[in-house]
Amino acid sequence: MSLLTVDELTVTFGGRGRKESRAVDGVSFEVDQGQVVGLVGESGCGKSVTSLALMGLLPAKGLTIGGRAEFDGTDLFTMSPSARRDLRGSEMAMIFQDPLSSLNPVVPIGVQVTEILERHRGMKGEAARKEAAHLLDRVGIPDPARRLKEYPHQLSGGMRQRALIAMAVACAPRLLIADEPTTALDVTIQAQILELLKELVDQEGTALLMITHDLGVVAGLCDQVNVLYAGKVVESAGRRELFAHPTHPYAHGLLGSIPRLDAPRGEPLNPIRGSINDRIAWADGCAFAPRCDRYEMGCLTGTPQLGEPRAAGHQVRCVNPVLDDAKAEEVPA
Amino acid sequence: MSLLELDGVKVHFPIKKGVLVDRTVGHVYAVDGVSLKVEAGETYGLVGESGCGKTTLGRSVLRLVDITEGSVVLDGTDLAKLPGEEMRRFRRRLQMVFQDPLGSLNPRQNIESILSEGMIAHGIGKDQEERREKIKAILDKVGLPSNALARYPHEFSGGQRQRIGIARALVLEPDVIICDEPVSALDVSVQAQVINLLEELQKELGLTYLVIAHDLAVVRHISDTIGVMYLGSLVEEAPSDALYAEPKHPYTKALMSAVPVPDPEVEDKRERILLTGDLPSPANPPSGCRFHTRCPWAQAERCATERPQLRDIGGGHRVACHYAEDIASGKLSLTKGEVVSATREGVEDNPEPDDPETGTSAEDTPAKIPAQAEKTAKDEKPAEASEEPEKAV
Amino acid sequence: MSVATKTDKIQRLAELTATKETSTGASLWREAFRRLKSSKMAIIGAVIIAVFVVIAVVGPYLTPYAPTAQTWRGEVFPNQGKFVGPRGENWFGLDHLGRDMFSRMLVGARQTLLVGVVSTLIGLVAGFLIGGLSGAAATLGGEAGKRVDSVIMRFIDMMLALPSLLLAVSVAAVMGQSLTTVMIAVGVVQVPVFARLLRGSMLAQGGADYVLAAQSLGVRKRRIVTSQIVPNSLSPVIVQATLSLATAIIEAAALSYLGLGNPDPAIPEWGVMLAQAQRFFDNAPMMAVYPAVGIIITALGFTLLGEAMREALDPKLRG
Repeated sequence: MSLLTVDELTVTFGGRGRKESRAVDGVSFEVDQGQVVGLVGESGCGKSVTSLALMGLLPAKGLTIGGRAEFDGTDLFTMSPSARRDLRGSEMAMIFQDPLSSLNPVVPIGVQVTEILERHRGMKGEAARKEAAHLLDRVGIPDPARRLKEYPHQLSGGMRQRALIAMAVACAPRLLIADEPTTALDVTIQAQILELLKELVDQEGTALLMITHDLGVVAGLCDQVNVLYAGKVVESAGRRELFAHPTHPYAHGLLGSIPRLDAPRGEPLNPIRGSINDRIAWADGCAFAPRCDRYEMGCLTGTPQLGEPRAAGHQVRCVNPVLDDAKAEEVPA
Repeated sequence: MSLLELDGVKVHFPIKKGVLVDRTVGHVYAVDGVSLKVEAGETYGLVGESGCGKTTLGRSVLRLVDITEGSVVLDGTDLAKLPGEEMRRFRRRLQMVFQDPLGSLNPRQNIESILSEGMIAHGIGKDQEERREKIKAILDKVGLPSNALARYPHEFSGGQRQRIGIARALVLEPDVIICDEPVSALDVSVQAQVINLLEELQKELGLTYLVIAHDLAVVRHISDTIGVMYLGSLVEEAPSDALYAEPKHPYTKALMSAVPVPDPEVEDKRERILLTGDLPSPANPPSGCRFHTRCPWAQAERCATERPQLRDIGGGHRVACHYAEDIASGKLSLTKGEVVSATREGVEDNPEPDDPETGTSAEDTPAKIPAQAEKTAKDEKPAEASEEPEKAV
Repeated sequence: MSVATKTDKIQRLAELTATKETSTGASLWREAFRRLKSSKMAIIGAVIIAVFVVIAVVGPYLTPYAPTAQTWRGEVFPNQGKFVGPRGENWFGLDHLGRDMFSRMLVGARQTLLVGVVSTLIGLVAGFLIGGLSGAAATLGGEAGKRVDSVIMRFIDMMLALPSLLLAVSVAAVMGQSLTTVMIAVGVVQVPVFARLLRGSMLAQGGADYVLAAQSLGVRKRRIVTSQIVPNSLSPVIVQATLSLATAIIEAAALSYLGLGNPDPAIPEWGVMLAQAQRFFDNAPMMAVYPAVGIIITALGFTLLGEAMREALDPKLRG
């Protein structure tokens, strides 16, 4: 059984007189122990809302959550708030994009780490401090004993993200949700943080739900990749399968529109036209149809369902998928 | 002669302190001696990480920040010495496209008014009627409908706003356009639209670009020549393909290896050089080579004491490293830092039959890396300035 | 694919996307106004203000009796605690000199509005000039400009350091007792508020990218200030002006109450009326209640509208 099973998750904002908007529109995926699953998409695709819903960090008012999410067999959404709080931080933890705003600016790093140890692991005093120093050392912060006394603003961006990861892994969580953990960082620092996450997964067996817009990050890290568009998973496959045979026109177009470091200069990009605002409601058809070169009448009549047009386990939500493998030939082996 | 020549440009911001009377207690060496040439009709890409001074350098070309020392010569005129009013008039020939498409457009002006502003300032067009015709032509060029004229910035999508920003620069028919992170605020699927637009416009109008960006893949795609900046100075400069084929400076090597490629086949074969420590503060730059505190190949002699100058090593390749040749030939090995595989080891795949030796075939590795040193990031000597990274602000 | 199905699918797509027509050419001001119109708070405030303004404008022509005529002098004996409350011919009763309270309230509304508007205008205009100068100098004036700004701001700080009522009392003491005094005194108190607000707002806008963009276009500094920075800095000032109308009315009442207001009995003013009523509060509380309630409701109207405007103009709520 999977560690985390998300089934038809929906998050609807508004309601009660105000205009409703569905940020997450029936998202399903699974994360196994020791597995890295990617949720990939651009702004507004619902990837961050999904992660916040799973962590129980969405505001209680002004939105409704539907569907089911089971963590280790227990339903997260029917759990009592206090049980949820206990779970959060000890069994499942989250890393955010902006480490500075996720850390309390007026409390030293050490206190913030020991607080977690005291709350979830019942450690006290010197033992907690020692463990905190050990954690900072574990995530690659040099001179941890001194860093414990420092405030978040005294650390660099990369060190802050490391400190945040230290707090997230303080209780050896079984699931780590990372929401764009490297987007705010420089690329050389990103490499360090990604390496740290890789180590955590490979050495501790932590499951990682990686939320990002960067397909490059996904390529070397994730086992399973879910591509989101307008609140729905449009394609889901293993990383090799997905990058070798992107089958949904959105995923296919996205890979063709990214400038690649290893592409010879002068090779033109094939952008996807329009923007995320050009979409139709999923109920009417495929939300991507207005930007799609391949849309047909069938794309405009009802929600397209996930199918496996190419290979078993490679799910695609498309009426007219890209099956001619033009992309695979382009890629130099 | 090149269209735009920068020679020894320095921009130092004073750090002031004091209760009643401000005292200068130090300087932030944002740009510390940069010389480069941008040829007419070409694209010069300036790449570097945050805090390297690339944005300040771009602004100094337009004199939006004061140049402390050095010259910026556009078509024979030294901008650094122009008096205010003349500089203002000269700005017509040098335009800028900004990173934040929404923030760089006045929210209370409609598109027509935004695009007219520069023309009015330079006395282009007899009346608004004439200006409007010109604006309509430009809007068409950048792919916006002419009914955009009466609308306001908040009514457009991010990509469309950036098109407006490009149109604003174009109406003045500049010689050089400085693009400061032109696509980094846009969604991935929209970035390509703007990149293609910039390239089309260059072809059509013969524009010269100075593109400033942190994304090496974008810069590589769009530039003829690339300059890599680190802590206020250029560390390497080369034609785009040459730089990619064989980066000479340790920093460029690390930077390039860190950029992920969206292709598992490629990633499996790549290696990443992990740098140690943080970027030192530009208010207190390290002695000698600015990069020696983090350099994986730093040597005991010269690196900490003697600041390397950009030197030509053939093929239009300039590099500021004492040991560039020795590193390239593999004579020197890593002294700190770590080389890791770009792909996670435990990744679960059903490897395809034609690729049995994942991660071991070294001949395709873009950045050739000498023997890996058995050191980890943890026992590094922390970079001194990482202790007070915020002091410069 | 046949041409027919091709046009069909394009048409169908157009239908599905047509549902959300993009708005064209709505400026931020117009959008803010649209939000304002849908705010209950704003409507209540606006209705109160409208009623007040109508009363202030036409009220003096509707008075049943002359506000100064001591017609019923013989029925009121303040010394014996004998007053006349509301009755058929005098809806609000009589004051201590036998004058019709209703007529006095109607006439007083105009004075109150005048004090509020004029003093706020004084504060707004002077504050706008000082703050605008300071803000412009600080954002685009370079080193010299920063020094100018610094000097102006220290002066404004000094004004702010004085308690506002004390400042008003000092002004009134220098200028003597009159309605003009009250207006100027209350206005002067508002000057530093507006000046600081505009300057702060301009400083924040001065660092915006679009100002840098205008500079790089080669737009002249003066025009950058007038066409870029100032229009974007106005929102908080407009809100403050509305809120200031409320405080100005209350402060004018306070000054009148302290006896620094208009001594001329021919022109009743709510603040003066409140001050006079105070002596007879034990026996005729209603004499104080009418002007007090008038002041409170009016101030409430301006406050409600001001707060609603603050919300409507908030850029965070855009969209």
